[in-house]
Amino acid sequence: MSHAAIILLASIFVNNVVMVQFLGLCPFMGASQRLDSALGMSAATGFVLTLSCAVSYLIDHYLLLPFGLEYLRIIAFVLVIATLVQLSEIIMRATQPLLHQVLGIYVPLITTNCAVLGVALLNSRTANNFVDSILYGFGAALGFSLLLVVFATIRERQAAADLPLPFRGAAINMITAGILSLAFMGFTGMA
Amino acid sequence: MTSAMTSTNMMRWTLLALVPGLVLLAWYFGTGILLNIVTASVAALVAEALMLRLRGKSITVLRDTLMDGSALLTGVLLGLALPPLLPFWMVMLAAVFALVFGKHLYGGLGHNLFNPAMVGFAVLILSFPLAMSQWPPPSQITPPLSTVEVIKAKWHTRDARADYDGVTRATPLDAWKFRQDASTTSDEFFTDPVQAANWQPWLHINLAFLVGGLCLLYLGVIPWQTPLSMLLVLGGLALLFQDGGSASSLGAPAFHLMSGATMLAAFFIITDPVTCPTLPTGLLLFGAGVAGITFIIRSIGAYPEGIAFGVLLMNACSPLIDYLLAPKNNMGEQP
Repeated sequence: MSHAAIILLASIFVNNVVMVQFLGLCPFMGASQRLDSALGMSAATGFVLTLSCAVSYLIDHYLLLPFGLEYLRIIAFVLVIATLVQLSEIIMRATQPLLHQVLGIYVPLITTNCAVLGVALLNSRTANNFVDSILYGFGAALGFSLLLVVFATIRERQAAADLPLPFRGAAINMITAGILSLAFMGFTGMA
Repeated sequence: MTSAMTSTNMMRWTLLALVPGLVLLAWYFGTGILLNIVTASVAALVAEALMLRLRGKSITVLRDTLMDGSALLTGVLLGLALPPLLPFWMVMLAAVFALVFGKHLYGGLGHNLFNPAMVGFAVLILSFPLAMSQWPPPSQITPPLSTVEVIKAKWHTRDARADYDGVTRATPLDAWKFRQDASTTSDEFFTDPVQAANWQPWLHINLAFLVGGLCLLYLGVIPWQTPLSMLLVLGGLALLFQDGGSASSLGAPAFHLMSGATMLAAFFIITDPVTCPTLPTGLLLFGAGVAGITFIIRSIGAYPEGIAFGVLLMNACSPLIDYLLAPKNNMGEQP
């Protein structure tokens, strides 16, 4: 139990996908304009990251490692994740229209998110077993979601502020992300 | 908070309430503290003036803004938080970073997302962790360096360690965190005469900031929710993990409450009205969050003090806290 909690907390805070590993910055900047799109993106990422971590672990341990094909990891993971996500999107659209409406376009979008491949690759190095790798993916998704929601509320508030003209939009978001990253550095050395 | 109190008056009272702690800090750690405060304040005021000019504000706005005391307060808070032998240019860098990146790029006072002083502090502790850990021994143990020597040390373009080795020693938080013998129980550690003498100045300094903070509370300059929840949660966590003062203890509640920047942060840093949530319940959450993160970083993190990180992280969460706590109307929308 405490082992699982440590994996979750470490991947949410200490090794936060966005702030510490600098993965998934495109959706972090792109989908954080409004809180509802941030929530949709978070849910979709949670779904895709957890699923892709689980499947890539299985592929890695039962296909690539036994045949000594580690050098095919990137291409295999990309292919598997893309196929899997498209498949699950099709199934979701057919069987769960409500869920599909909520997650909408975010699910296929997240396939091309470097965080998904990045976490799967990091996972193949760090996770010891199947359950760990699911937890690791889920924790990474939670860390991503937390940041995305916090960032969205920050941006919604900033809409009213008297920002200097050259710094409106992407510039101030980069600065906010930079200062947030400074703050996350405080968690280094844990776990 | 009384509505009659203008923000300029609040800044003045806050600056005045910092004096007891400031005097004790300078008494125990030498004139370097005063030099830090002067350097940081001047750099902060200059940066503020330049930024206002760059943003095309008129001279009257410029004068009024410089006189409102907020940049001065940022400079003074930074000066109080930095080690006395830190090179001048690092102090200036922190102040400029605080004012430019922490305040004016966000639109100036009232719009800044992060506490400016803590932005400057975080930049320094991440960029120059060694220089930032160099505190001289308190004056009742070793007589402090003369002012000329302090200026010489601070004039160096790198950290003073090479030339002033032996002049610095671990602060109590450092000493406790990196103690040599892991089997030392916390009771043994803190009754050790060397450690007790090392901790005593910090106890006095924190008490002085506590007194200043209580005056501010009495005057209604700061809300009571933030300091109270921060101190209660920090003390409570310490009590929970004290483990009867054994070797695996994470430090006594009194030690956590009276070390490092606890009292300075509780009454003077996290009470900044701009970077906090607006509702009282939000303030309680804010203080508790800062305390929790501080305790975690002090106990298992790589840095001996975690307040700056806690404040920055909770600053970022303030809009979310406001959003979650705001009263909703029947449609489930924010009014």
